[in-house]
Amino acid sequence: MSYIGIIITFVFINNFILTQFLGLCPFIGVSRKTDSAVGMGFAVIFVMSMASLATWAVYHWVLVPLHIEYLQTISFILIIAALVQLVEMVIMKISPPLYKALGIYLPLITTNCAVLGIALIAVRSDYNALESFVAGIAAGLGFLLAIVVMSTIRERLDREWVPKPFRGVPIAFITAGLMALAFMAFDKALLKNLLG
Amino acid sequence: MLYKEFTKGIFRENPIFIILLGLCPTLAVSTQVVNALGMGAGVIFVLIGSEIFVSLLKDFIPEKIRIPSFIVIIASFVTIVDLVMQAYAPSLSRSLGVFVQLIVVNCIILGRAEAFASKRRLGESLLDALGMGVGFTLGLLLISAIREILGSGTITLFAVGNFDGVIQIPGLSSQPARVLALAPGALLVIGFLKAFFNWLEMRREQRAAFAVAGRGSTSQLAASPDTAPAGGAS
Repeated sequence: MSYIGIIITFVFINNFILTQFLGLCPFIGVSRKTDSAVGMGFAVIFVMSMASLATWAVYHWVLVPLHIEYLQTISFILIIAALVQLVEMVIMKISPPLYKALGIYLPLITTNCAVLGIALIAVRSDYNALESFVAGIAAGLGFLLAIVVMSTIRERLDREWVPKPFRGVPIAFITAGLMALAFMAFDKALLKNLLG
Repeated sequence: MLYKEFTKGIFRENPIFIILLGLCPTLAVSTQVVNALGMGAGVIFVLIGSEIFVSLLKDFIPEKIRIPSFIVIIASFVTIVDLVMQAYAPSLSRSLGVFVQLIVVNCIILGRAEAFASKRRLGESLLDALGMGVGFTLGLLLISAIREILGSGTITLFAVGNFDGVIQIPGLSSQPARVLALAPGALLVIGFLKAFFNWLEMRREQRAAFAVAGRGSTSQLAASPDTAPAGGAS
């Protein structure tokens, strides 16, 4: 698949949140305010692109030559945890303002299903290094798009009357469901029409 | 007392509906009842295995590296589930896909290891794991039953002998509400279910408050939250 195809697939057609339900916890938890949603979105893009590159390297240069592919799950989750720590320390050292903006979201990302998800999906799809990296960025962009749209809707919902049992999380899920319904307009046929 | 460690995971602290944990790797596989059963079995196994190990090793694991250690323990059990499923239930393994490996980032498991098993004795941890696992499976089963029955008009179970495992529901299988079987359906169903459980909780609290106010302080014990769920039947 071409790079543009990968980007369209992961941003729109297989949007991680709205069609795969990966990364739902931060999506519901951090989407109350647009500012924090944007911060979380960029932190996820950053970590996902780094993680898909790092796990590609470990899988193809360590696990495959040693024939220990079955250690995939353990090694990937440890790489991601270590990577998040490393990224946190590096950002703290070189850019305190960026750390202030992203810092609180980074620890939350370690157990974000989306990061491990993109690493596993990239391996399953036999992507090369650059394709994995692009897929990581695209999946992160899809997350950013979904969480920012969601947070603007929720900021408006705060000012509307909602039946008491639906307040908070339930209405957020129903909103996400309606968003997913809208995203169903993006399907494989779209990709075919765009790229021929 | 021990009995409570088991039942709290099913009702009072049901991971899916009450504390909304472990949703990410859950919703995607809730399209068919058989997937929910497979995923539930996997999660129960991983929960029990990792809570036993965490509980036994809690005195040996240094405080500072406890989270990475827990993750390694959990990931080992997830690998076992993944390999066993590939070997003995290949079709289930194919339909669950990447979500079997994603059990490792299921917040319930790390959450229980950190909040419960790392502080309690073996017996309590075992019951907690069993209760949480059964509660998770029942929650997932409810979501997938609603989605499959209304969304495709069928109930898919394991194939045994001549029975191919698919039960057709008359009247529904010809014209199902297909949207429920698709991605938006999962989000809508969990939203409405969570609202329903909120409503139950609110009604229970109201009744408890009413009972206390009406009958005075002598009967307060009878209206305490522990006995309240029985009142729902009236």
